[in-house]
Amino acid sequence: MKTVGKSVKKIDSLSLSTGRMKFYDDYSFPDEAYIKMLFSPHAHAKILSIDTSQAEKIDGVIDILHFKNVPRILHTTAGQGFPEPSPYDAVMFDNIMRFVGDRVAAVLAETPAIAIEAISRIKVEYEILEAVFDYEKSMDKGTTVLHSEKDKKYPIPIPYYPEKNIAAEVNIDIGNLEQGIVESDYRFEETFYTHYGAHAMLEPHGVVTYLDENNRLVIITATQVPFHVRRICAMVLQIPIKKIRVIKPRIGGGFGGKQEVFLEYVAGLFTLRTGRPAKIVYTRAEVFQSSRTRHPMRVTIRSGLNKNGQIHALGIEALMNTGAYGSHALTVLSNGGSKVLPLTNKVPHQRFAGTTVYTNLPVGGAYRGYGATQSYFAVGQVMDMMARKIDLDVLDFYKQNTIKVGESSPIFEKLGEGKEGVKMIVDSCGLEECIDLGAKEIGWNSKRNKRIINGTRARGVGMVCLMQGSGIPRIDMGAAYMKMNEDGSFNLDIGATDIGTGSDTILGQIAAETLGVDIEDIIVLSSDTDQTPFDVGAYASSTTFISGEAVRKCALKIKEEIFKVASEMANIPIEKLELKNKQVIWTGGKLDFKDICIYALYTNNQLQIQATASNIADVSPPPFSAHFAEVEVDTATGEFSIVKYVAAVDCGTAINPKLAEGQVEGAVVNGLCWALTEEYKFNENGKMVNADFGRYKIFTAADLPDLKTILVPTYEPSGPYGAKSVSEIAINGPGPAIANAIYDAVGIRIHSLPLTAEKIYEKLKQK
Amino acid sequence: MKVKLNINNHDKLLEIHPGETLLETLRNNNFKGVKCGCGTGDCGACLVILNEDAVNSCQVLTASIDGESVTTIEGIGSMDKPHLIQEELVKAGAVQCGYCTPGIVISAYTLLKKNQNPTDDEIKAALDGNLCRCTGYVKILDGIKNAVKRMSAK
Repeated sequence: MKTVGKSVKKIDSLSLSTGRMKFYDDYSFPDEAYIKMLFSPHAHAKILSIDTSQAEKIDGVIDILHFKNVPRILHTTAGQGFPEPSPYDAVMFDNIMRFVGDRVAAVLAETPAIAIEAISRIKVEYEILEAVFDYEKSMDKGTTVLHSEKDKKYPIPIPYYPEKNIAAEVNIDIGNLEQGIVESDYRFEETFYTHYGAHAMLEPHGVVTYLDENNRLVIITATQVPFHVRRICAMVLQIPIKKIRVIKPRIGGGFGGKQEVFLEYVAGLFTLRTGRPAKIVYTRAEVFQSSRTRHPMRVTIRSGLNKNGQIHALGIEALMNTGAYGSHALTVLSNGGSKVLPLTNKVPHQRFAGTTVYTNLPVGGAYRGYGATQSYFAVGQVMDMMARKIDLDVLDFYKQNTIKVGESSPIFEKLGEGKEGVKMIVDSCGLEECIDLGAKEIGWNSKRNKRIINGTRARGVGMVCLMQGSGIPRIDMGAAYMKMNEDGSFNLDIGATDIGTGSDTILGQIAAETLGVDIEDIIVLSSDTDQTPFDVGAYASSTTFISGEAVRKCALKIKEEIFKVASEMANIPIEKLELKNKQVIWTGGKLDFKDICIYALYTNNQLQIQATASNIADVSPPPFSAHFAEVEVDTATGEFSIVKYVAAVDCGTAINPKLAEGQVEGAVVNGLCWALTEEYKFNENGKMVNADFGRYKIFTAADLPDLKTILVPTYEPSGPYGAKSVSEIAINGPGPAIANAIYDAVGIRIHSLPLTAEKIYEKLKQK
Repeated sequence: MKVKLNINNHDKLLEIHPGETLLETLRNNNFKGVKCGCGTGDCGACLVILNEDAVNSCQVLTASIDGESVTTIEGIGSMDKPHLIQEELVKAGAVQCGYCTPGIVISAYTLLKKNQNPTDDEIKAALDGNLCRCTGYVKILDGIKNAVKRMSAK
């Protein structure tokens, strides 16, 4: 292959590194006005009165929005397929505040400073309501109810009991878990807790809107889901889709956080009401408190193991905290089963039982790993415990119990996204090689169970095996359009949304490979709802697999079109033609691409060489991965450090190996920070008290451990050039791998994130 | 009020508000490569070189630096003439979303001005004020190390 499998330079990277590329905040328009929000200082309150008269008197205040002057349109902010598997429980501005950071009002003013001043002059009288902060108590009788309005519901039939603070429920059984546990030689029951997490993409959420020359609303926004933005804004603003154009500029990272639609319609409404371009840029503190987070989860694992090393029963019971609104309340929960249980596919008795509850805390949402991350923290540790129970090396335990090529899992069919899943056979799996190569790299055999001691410091190694998916089968769709230009170059217009991942480059590589041209000959335009075909957007590890195949199909059609024109030009049958080096060749002759295009556009039977293609998938082939961590723990203080971290990943064909490695490295470090240093801290009123990068600690380069990524090539027959997904899976590893390594070093098990020196110290003291 | 600044080797007379930060001044004057990631001096996306030192421009009041020199990302290299740090970051695959990249380039550029042959730890220390959520830093460090090699080969 000429382009696929090569680490070509990311096509926008030079422009980005010289500061040329434009993000939403780099667009400004004459007459632009600025938005600031007033946020609720109370976790649960009813607005009794709102008085904006003093704010309106300030020179430069243009407009103010609040619950009394906006339409009450129930919707979900989750940018998912339609109808969404999330409850319609949010409105643009409400009279009930459900968390500290909920939106009270918004001001449009001539300058940001005037908007801030106006915000401070809005007088709000609240009736403070009882708040629930402990999600384990949300369902208790007598607990305050967050969503008592009778019209709140899912747009699809999903169990929803807001009167009990229940935002979603999932229950599936394979075999009979209770019977399986009773039959097993050894029984396990362990409960784990995962915590809130911030996406912490470097570019804050924001949007700029304006009316174009035809009075259509143009929305330039930091989003992962431009087409969902258009649909949700049309619904909430009650204007036709044809009146809206959404443009995705460069996006400064997303990780799921920008799969939410909650600012675009506010800016859009101001623009519609005033005719003024309107811009909002969230401050970092606002991003922390008022955007979206990783859902915290309590995960109880109940399992049964036989002496021969076979897992006989495995149940995951999950309680998930979605905060004040139910964004992704069902699907993050269900992915805690659907992306985890199939890994150990031969267990005869399995259960996934999950409940999502509301609390008066920040709102959960999509976050890289999407429920699997939470669940693997628990399952990954119980796998380690089970292997230790029967003195089996956990590497062999995984090899014995995990899914292989040609095998399936009943979970694939039973547990989908808002509906049943699809039957699926695994056609590519490099997990055993991931285990072997990772073990070699970390030095497993010389370090496992050795507890190498140096003074007060003890070393240990731990590991975990993982899988994820590649897109949502029979739901996610991506489409591509291509046309040929006179110099033999091609435009590739895709709805697929590059948010920094490099998908423009990867999709360009797939087009270039299919047409035998260089990446430089492909001009990529992504995500403008007026100019590119539909794509669900950047989520669910779908872009390379789903949108990539759309591009491949589209390029194949272009090839056919080129052959048709060449055949006419040379009077040679199409069957005798081949593509090579930007030429159509046949025995005894050749035609340059540019001459073919010039002929097509200007000479005879004129036409545009062009094509479009859509793609959905019947399967969601899992990438697989094995992660290894070596830690050194100070037994006197509990302090510990990561000596080395290894992630071996089977993502099928890596279309661009460097970019694939970059996805793994970024996800691993994101997972490391979340497992070790990140923590939402709340005061007794439910307010986050560390909403800045000074106190919410994410790693810098100086904190980086020795990190090694190993790509293990396999070939996935259903993916473009053998590719599967890579972007999410690696974030699931650090929590369980490090917890297992800590156990290997000092023999204590930490059941809650983050993994801190304090927790280790306390447990060491108890020992 | 008016201040004089030398920005990327050009003298400019700029009209500013007294409380304006250097980040605001630069972005208002179309130096949009300077990014705002936090506004609290914690992330490094707004780094510029003030005289000879890398500073978070969100933490500098423009009024306090009248007459001084500022170098922004626009003054380091261009699409046609990129600096070798920029070239090496591109080659290493160190640019994902790219929002932090201008700040990373400024940190590396300032380091290499002062220390032509930094150790790996010195490179990491120089980047300690830059947050990147996409890359995990591995390829950023690779790129800067390659830039160091190229500079010392010159």
